[in-house]
Amino acid sequence: MTPDIGLAHFLAVSAILFTIGVFGIFVNRRNIIIILMSVELILLAVNINFVAFSSYLHNVQGQVMAMFVLTVAAAEAAVGLAILVTFFRNRGDIAVDDASMMKG
Amino acid sequence: MDLNLSLQLSIPELILGISAVLILVFGAFRGDKGMTSVSALCGVALIAAAFAAAFSAFGKGYNGSLVVDGVAVFAKVAIYIAGLFIIVLGQGYFDRLNNRRFEFPILILLATLGMSVMVSAGDLIALYVGLELQSLALYVLAAFRRDDARSSEAGLKYFVLGALSSGLLLYGASLIYGFSGSMNFVEIARYTVANPGVGLIFGLVFLISGLAFKVSAAPFHMWTPDVYEGAPTPVVAFAAGAPKFAAMVLLARVLQTGFEGSEHSWQQVILALSVLSFLVGGLGGLMQKDFKRLLAYSSIANMGYALLAIAAGQSGVAALLLFFVMYMIDTLGLFSAQMALKRNGEPVSRIDQLAGLAKLNMPLTIAITVLALSVLGMPPLSGFWSKYFVFGAAIQGGLWGFAAAGLVASVIAAFYYLRILKLMWFDAPPSDLDAAPAEAKWISYASAAFAFPGVAIFLWLAYDVAQRAAIGFGS
Repeated sequence: MTPDIGLAHFLAVSAILFTIGVFGIFVNRRNIIIILMSVELILLAVNINFVAFSSYLHNVQGQVMAMFVLTVAAAEAAVGLAILVTFFRNRGDIAVDDASMMKG
Repeated sequence: MDLNLSLQLSIPELILGISAVLILVFGAFRGDKGMTSVSALCGVALIAAAFAAAFSAFGKGYNGSLVVDGVAVFAKVAIYIAGLFIIVLGQGYFDRLNNRRFEFPILILLATLGMSVMVSAGDLIALYVGLELQSLALYVLAAFRRDDARSSEAGLKYFVLGALSSGLLLYGASLIYGFSGSMNFVEIARYTVANPGVGLIFGLVFLISGLAFKVSAAPFHMWTPDVYEGAPTPVVAFAAGAPKFAAMVLLARVLQTGFEGSEHSWQQVILALSVLSFLVGGLGGLMQKDFKRLLAYSSIANMGYALLAIAAGQSGVAALLLFFVMYMIDTLGLFSAQMALKRNGEPVSRIDQLAGLAKLNMPLTIAITVLALSVLGMPPLSGFWSKYFVFGAAIQGGLWGFAAAGLVASVIAAFYYLRILKLMWFDAPPSDLDAAPAEAKWISYASAAFAFPGVAIFLWLAYDVAQRAAIGFGS
């Protein structure tokens, strides 16, 4: 029995995960893989939102959207890793501070 | 809602999607030596889609997910034609690099498909899927020269910030869905007018931030100069025009359909973005040494004017359409001029390398001069008219002060274009240039000819079309 877990709790979890994801992109100075993980975290946080709203509103559209988001997240990870591989081949390193050939 | 009607309304998208898949298979069999025929096929598909879009019926399909109205048709035709020019430019560019790959025209085709879904999006699902299709194709295109460290760095930066912006946009979309109970813009508007609330405003702000990233409006512009500098020039010529047009139409549609009747909750946000963009674009461009970075700041400033047209509401929609067609042609011309300039096999990238161009290549100098004057808004060139319509719409919407600020910013931006002109016409050339490649040269001449006198014919033909297209928008 979990009678007192309501919409607000799901929204809070999702907001916390979203914030962790955004901070993961900006605060992390080490590794670009961590950025890719943070991006996934953001998308999954949003999915929690969609599914929670969908169940709360008794409206299936939110779950349809969650399916689309999952698919796009997979495509995005594939593209991101592919770009990361070309970057690694050219530089031999994937540190965040390394991506600084162009400035100004 | 009848499936036949929905299919009929989506004929341009179906042509693009099906031909992209078929051409991909064809290309996989032919290999990279087949790039020329793949490019030709993609060009044919784009022309067919443009005709299908131009003669398409208006209406709503797929339960309101796909909206075909005058604005969508106008934007689609413009975007398909832009894609066509980029395929021609890219074919020549990768030929000369000896780096032919058949995926290039197909990725352009997929990006135009995404943009076409964006301009017709009638609900949050279509908005997100179209935007991601466009963005994913462009991330790959930005990193397309995989042996070039700058290109892959540009692709990486574009990807990371683009993915972050999609995340913001999606979070906003989830809040809007949750607090209004619907994905459909019309129903969102119906709910919002009756029960405005803080949750919806929150979602709207996230959504606007995500889209502002995509159109590189300040303060979400930081990726633009790096991506423009590093990515292959034909890709930049594409990314500077068509995707921003699509994202702006999408933004206008979300705000004027989805948040119709609650203008007070978004107009200030758009105005703040607009003023910041033309100030950052104008001031940031002053210090630049790289030609493509300079154009990046110029594009940030121009997005400020486009946002001003959106903030003006219904009366700004026609101005937005005309603005973007003229702006896309100017940037296409400037980037192809940059592609046409090479010295000892190296592209001319720094502005000071343009010194004395008038003594080396007179026709290109004239083309760059006309295009630069046009972008800075000199009458009677096309850039003047694009700003004229935007400021006209802003004044009509009661935004006097913002129009005046835009005018001041465009005077600041004039400085850096005039510096290019001074270098080209009055300084001494260091050494000879290589022969300019034909297609880049001619696209640049053609854009200059459009800037003046072609713009007169264009306005004569398209002014009424844009006005009529804008009438039914946002309801």
